[in-house]
This record gives sequence, C-alpha cells and structure tokens, in this order.
Amino acid sequence: MKKSIDLINARIREGTARVVTAEEMPDIVSELGAEGALKEVDVVTTGTFGAMCSSGAFFNFGHSDPPIRMGKTWLNDVEAHSGLAAVDAYLGATQESETQGDAYGGAHVLEDLVSGKSVELRATSKGTDCYPRRSITTELLLEDLNQATMCNPRNAYQCYDAATNTSDRTLHTYMGTLLPETGNVSFSGAGTLSPLANDPKYRVTGNGVPIFLCGGQGMIVGPGTQTNPAGGFATLMTTGDMKTMSPDYLRAATFHGYGVSMFLGLGVPIPVLDIDIVKSTAVRDEDITTSIVDYGVPSNKRPLIRKVNYAELRSGRIEINGEEVKTSSMSSYRKARMVAEDLKGWIESSRMELALPTRRFDPTVRVHPMHQTVHTPRVCEIMHQNMPYISENEEIKIAAKNLLKGETNHLPVLDSENRVVGIVTTYDISKSVIRPDAGKLVRDIMTRKVITATPDEAIDTAARKLEKNNISALPVVDESGRLVGLLSAIDLGKLFGGRWKI
Amino acid sequence: MKFMVKFSRRGMRRPLIAETVLKTGVLISVERAHIDSMTGELLIDVPDKDAKIISSALTEAGAEVRALERSIVRDEEECVDCGACVSVCPQDVFSFDDEWRLQMEAEKCVLCGKCVIACPHNALKLRE
Repeated sequence: MKKSIDLINARIREGTARVVTAEEMPDIVSELGAEGALKEVDVVTTGTFGAMCSSGAFFNFGHSDPPIRMGKTWLNDVEAHSGLAAVDAYLGATQESETQGDAYGGAHVLEDLVSGKSVELRATSKGTDCYPRRSITTELLLEDLNQATMCNPRNAYQCYDAATNTSDRTLHTYMGTLLPETGNVSFSGAGTLSPLANDPKYRVTGNGVPIFLCGGQGMIVGPGTQTNPAGGFATLMTTGDMKTMSPDYLRAATFHGYGVSMFLGLGVPIPVLDIDIVKSTAVRDEDITTSIVDYGVPSNKRPLIRKVNYAELRSGRIEINGEEVKTSSMSSYRKARMVAEDLKGWIESSRMELALPTRRFDPTVRVHPMHQTVHTPRVCEIMHQNMPYISENEEIKIAAKNLLKGETNHLPVLDSENRVVGIVTTYDISKSVIRPDAGKLVRDIMTRKVITATPDEAIDTAARKLEKNNISALPVVDESGRLVGLLSAIDLGKLFGGRWKI
Repeated sequence: MKFMVKFSRRGMRRPLIAETVLKTGVLISVERAHIDSMTGELLIDVPDKDAKIISSALTEAGAEVRALERSIVRDEEECVDCGACVSVCPQDVFSFDDEWRLQMEAEKCVLCGKCVIACPHNALKLRE
C-alpha cells in the first residue's frame, strides 16, 4: 500500500488526518505493525530545540529620506553585513556586540525583535549621487521592517558527536563546560524526535518542504552548508518570516569562553507515504548512535572515545573505561517535544499542508576539510632539541650551572627514564637562594605540574597554552612523556616576527 | 543543613572545626574551604538535628555563622530546560522530571558556581 501526498493533504484540509509525533510513532508501529501504521498514520511530526550557530536573518529596513546606501550597519551595536543593496543587511546570530562583547550578540538582537522590543539601527555610508545620505540612526520594531527573513545556512544536524575532555583542564566549548579527566559528557540533538533521524534517506525532506521554524511556518531552502549526507551528517538550510516567530522558540545564548549562539526550535512534518517511511519514523533513542569524541585534543580530528546511543546519553550516566560519567544535554528535550506537538496541532487544525521536495538532496555529497595552501607550522619545527635538562636528584647548584651554561631560563627535570617530572626556572633558583631551608635538591624546588607540548602539535595551540598558563616555555614530550625538546616564547616570537608570515 | 562559616585568622590559629567536632561530638563535613592570610571561609554540612549545637558552638568560638538556604536560584523565564548544568554539578543538584523539566535540589548546593558558568541562558545565579 502507498499513500499519495494529495490524499494526505485532502485529509488535512478535511481535518481528518491522523497526526502523531515521532515520539509516539515507534509504539504505534510496534502495536499495529508497519502495514497497520501506514494505514493509520498520515503525518509524523518531528522537533528539535538546540544551539544552531549558523543562523541569522536578512532585513530590508525601507528607504530613508534622503536615501542612504548603507555601507556599515549595526543593530544595537552588533554589526550586520550590508554588502548588499542599499537598505538590505544580513545579521548573523553569533556576531558579538562592539560594546558588550559576548554578553550580547546577533542572536540577542533577533530575540529582542521577535519579543517586540525596539532595536537601534545605525548605519554609515560613503554617500553617492543617488544615495547622498552619509549616516542614519533610528529605533525600529520588527513591524517597522519591510522584511525580516530568517535564513539559516545550517540547521538540524542529522547527527552530532557528543563531547568529553580527557585533558587536565576544564574546557569551555560550544558543547558547554567539559570537565577535565573525562569528568562529564555533553551531547546535542533530540534523538527519536530529531527531524533527519526520522528520514535518514531524505525521502521527503528536501528543497521547498514546509517546516516549523521558531514558532512560525518556515521552509527548507535546500541542503545546509557543510552537509555530509554520505557520512550520515546531513544539514538543512532553512528560512522563515520572523514576524510569525515566537521567543518561546528563539533564544539567544552565550557559551562561556566561546561566545554567542542561538537556540532555536525546528520541526519537519513527515508525510507517511509508504512502508519505508513508516520504518524510518519508528526509530527510537536506542537505534540512534553517535560518537563521543575527545575535545581535549585541539585538532579537527578528535579521537573517538566510544560509540553511544541516545537512550544511554539521555539516562544521565554512561560508562567510559569502567567508570561512570555523567551526561547532559545541550538541547532541550522538553522544547523539542513542544515543537513536535505544536506542529501536530497546526496540521490537525488544517493550518499547514505538506509538500514533497521540489528537489531531493544528493545523498552522495561529502564534506571536505579546508584546502590549506599555507603550511601550518608544528612544534617540532621550531623547538630546541639540544636544551639543557637535569635529573630530579641533582643539587640546585648544578641546576644553576646548567641554566647559565645553556643561556636559558627553563630547565626540564627528568626521572631516571628521561620522563619529564618537573621544571625549574631561574625564578625557582632565586627563590631557593633566599629560602635555603626549602631543600638542597632540584626535586625540592621544582614545579611538578608541568604543562607540555607534543612535537606534532600546531604552534597555535602551543602558543595558547603559554598564554593561558602565563608561562614562557613548554617542554616537548613524546607519547611516553620523554623529553624531546623545549619550546620557548622567544622562539614563537621569532616565528610570529615573520618567518612564516602568519 | 549547610552553614557558611566565616572567621578571622587574627589571633585565631586554632583548629576550629576539629575543636568543634571534639566539643560537640557532631561530625562535620567541610564541603568547601577558602583560607586567606587573614580570613577563612568554610562551607560545612551537618545533620539537621545538630544544626543548633554546631551553630552556637562555632559562634561561641568567634566565627560568624550563616545558614545557607536556597543558595542557587533559577530564572524560570530564561531557562529552556536544556540541562547544560546537569553534568557539571558535583553535587547532583539538577535533574529532570518525567516531562523533561529541570528540577533543582538547592539544599545540596555547595556554591561552587560551575553551573552558573555552564548555563548558556544566564538563568542561574548564586545567592551569597
């Protein structure tokens, strides 16, 4: 048996369509079987509510008198891109305020507009014969704008890696606070309710399909940026009229140490046309797996810690290497449910009809990393390899001699197997002269918590370690912690001075 | 029950908590401590039934004692029930109910402030 979209839309118009949420569907399929569910259910509604940085809106402000061709544009001190026609601009959600930093950004402007608050538009221009005005400042409400068209380049990831952190310091990321030593796991996505998880072959999710976007009726423009359907990570580009949106489903956010983002609610209605769609919408949290990856490694290729499914993630605790680790979500399951329920309500009350894609997604598309034409320098290329070092059992006097001989301020301290166990600086030696009772040996005065680098680490991450810890050198160690070099701030200074022209 | 105990270290280098435990026989868990050269601040947890005894013993010893109630406050308008706070809390203050609404057991809070930083919606505040 098959059902046509026309039949489903006719039922929607009559008010007789059977609409269920993607959370209700699995049990219906279990109870009635796939054929039974196909007969019974016409539409399955999905929903998700989470941080989607790649969001923003196009505005048309209307023409002023005398007219202006806006060159630089700010909304509440957040810069919008106006390299477009005279009074058009695009405001990105993550753009930060020039006066308030990450406490206020593009997402906050969007939320304020949707909440009915007035926003200050400020723009400057070079002035032309047809657009003589050089600057403008005005207060605007959403209703004052000709258009406020949300257009989000990348929303609703089909699947998203969960995050943990094996490093020894707390990380503040767009996946939230990640505690050191695998202290927690943070995940995103609505599992069983997730739009693309219910249509993983993009049968009915494609260009031109009507959706729920931030409380209003929006549409899928096409595949999102960075979409990777061949890898199971498709994304959606979406659009919608901000004048129909609600602050219940559009919330500005600030991730500490990362910056501004926007939480938004998005739901795709899935017409139940055939058995395959019944089966794909019967997906449960248990069936949806993702990877937990290590954000402690500052590389684009983050190591996989383990595979996990959404039922495990949502239980609040999972096991990693025999230890229990707490999990928590970056996206709201309660709000995702509300999205799916609201969308269900619209369709049941004939307020929204469905449409098939005007063009389907190409499932073979794959995402590629950046093509880099300029070599990224690694630590091993600029570190010193013939640096002085010392054993932890030597006398402080010998350490002082080694420092002088090596004309350096940093002396890595090694154990009997050449592993770095500490560091001694000229400062430590000076202190020991003033306070001789601290001890006579290097191990009595050395700093034991040593921040190290690895030879193949990018120098940018090494530089960040120096800056974060307010130190001026990093011992470079191999996989087993043995000393292979020393990277000093002076070497980095030389590098930034021009050798690689970064 | 939790108390915030502040004491001056001027002329007071005695083991305040140890003395109080010995004197009262009540076991005190120190959940957070911050000791400067001149002042000290402790967050302690004691059984509810012994709260009065401990409070007066510490006050007698010269400390300033303040009961801690509803130490973490949530702005329900701002909160979207995402749960970013859940796994960073060392005390399991946060959890979800059956409707995936965020629940708080504020009495467990030790004012570490991790959740305040972790909340993307600025919905949590410490009330010190």
